[in-house]
Amino acid sequence: MNSNSSVLSARELVKDYGSGAALVRAVRDVTLDVASGESVAIVGPSGCGKSTLLYLLGGLERPTAGTLQLAGVQLERLPEAGLARLRRHALGFVFQAFHLVDELTALENVELPALLAGASPHNARVRAVELLARVGLADRVGHLPSALSGGQRQRVAIARALVNEPAVVLADEPTGNLDGAATTDVLRLFEQLHADGQTLVVVTHDERIAATADRLITMRDGEFMDEARLTGGSARSLGAMTGLEG
Amino acid sequence: MAKLLELPSREPLHGYQLRVVQEVLLALLARDASHGYELRARLTLALGPLAVALNEGQVYVTLGRLEKSGLVSSRRVGQVDRRDRRVYELTPAGRERVVAWLEDTSWPKPAPAEFHLKLVAAATAGLADPVGIVDRQRHELLSGLREAQRAALAEAEGSVAGLLLEGVVLRLQADLRWLEACAGYWSQARGRS
Repeated sequence: MNSNSSVLSARELVKDYGSGAALVRAVRDVTLDVASGESVAIVGPSGCGKSTLLYLLGGLERPTAGTLQLAGVQLERLPEAGLARLRRHALGFVFQAFHLVDELTALENVELPALLAGASPHNARVRAVELLARVGLADRVGHLPSALSGGQRQRVAIARALVNEPAVVLADEPTGNLDGAATTDVLRLFEQLHADGQTLVVVTHDERIAATADRLITMRDGEFMDEARLTGGSARSLGAMTGLEG
Repeated sequence: MAKLLELPSREPLHGYQLRVVQEVLLALLARDASHGYELRARLTLALGPLAVALNEGQVYVTLGRLEKSGLVSSRRVGQVDRRDRRVYELTPAGRERVVAWLEDTSWPKPAPAEFHLKLVAAATAGLADPVGIVDRQRHELLSGLREAQRAALAEAEGSVAGLLLEGVVLRLQADLRWLEACAGYWSQARGRS
């Protein structure tokens, strides 16, 4: 384990695509520590490298250079099988396009990663039912994704991300495909997860999701340009935003 | 420099702008005569979590002023086991003012021009990095959005105060999108120079 309480610790990560004259440096020397229970939002314009960074942090892609430690495990020397195992146990992913298995019901989608991680069918089912209730879908467990709205599908995906009690949940534009009301549901869930102490890293250009985080990192051209801690004012400062105060 | 970057929300709070509350109170009296306590309760309901910024005495002070201006009249009404209370009623002049207020289309001003000119001035004079100024402003607005959003999510479905909070959230989102455009422009300007 790292000397500090970081769950995720990246040092000078670099990711290049192509080579020679066509070389594109998508991520440049990114260093990031995420503490347990912390919620971090990474924002920036399209093409700034934030999704690539998330894929590196999640071990879905290998960096060109730099080191990464996740839940106490050093990733760079880990063989592919070990990396896949670590992803299953230590990480939960939420994607913009949900990535549910169309042929499986909501319940089966949620329990699948638990079964793959070695949980007994009984325990996987109990946990999946509990999580679907937690995301407000207790009455939709038997539905196929095609019978669910976008917002409901994303809530199934969030339940699935949580099934193995991951050290970190990584989310890539979780509200990118959702309308206003469905976005509100996802916001509510993220606030709830954060309150429950779940470590979260979200890549987004939705200001509303970004505003749920404790820490906001702005990326431009593959680099971290700016970092801030979001405090949130008091109800009195809220009054200043209504235009009623003189 | 510090003065230049001071943000509106950090300024001390002086309570609600009197002009608005005056018209609101007049409008609330348009149908029935009422007393200060009830008027205050109605404002509190409409404002939800924002009502904490409403000063305790504000409603009573404002009603007194309206009476002096001849827009409302009042009379004392005795109560059996409590202190007498003052019941306020709209005068014809007050009624006219309410009608004019309802027809008025003036809109609270957003402030992009001043901020825009601040960035231009900072860049021209080499006083500060415009992108840094934009980033600081973004943090401030995002902190505000975090608060407004939490308050909005805490409101029950169908709450009228929730509608006000939605307005605050949407407006902050629009401002944040514009700030993103500002950051893009001034980052590129830095590259050009």
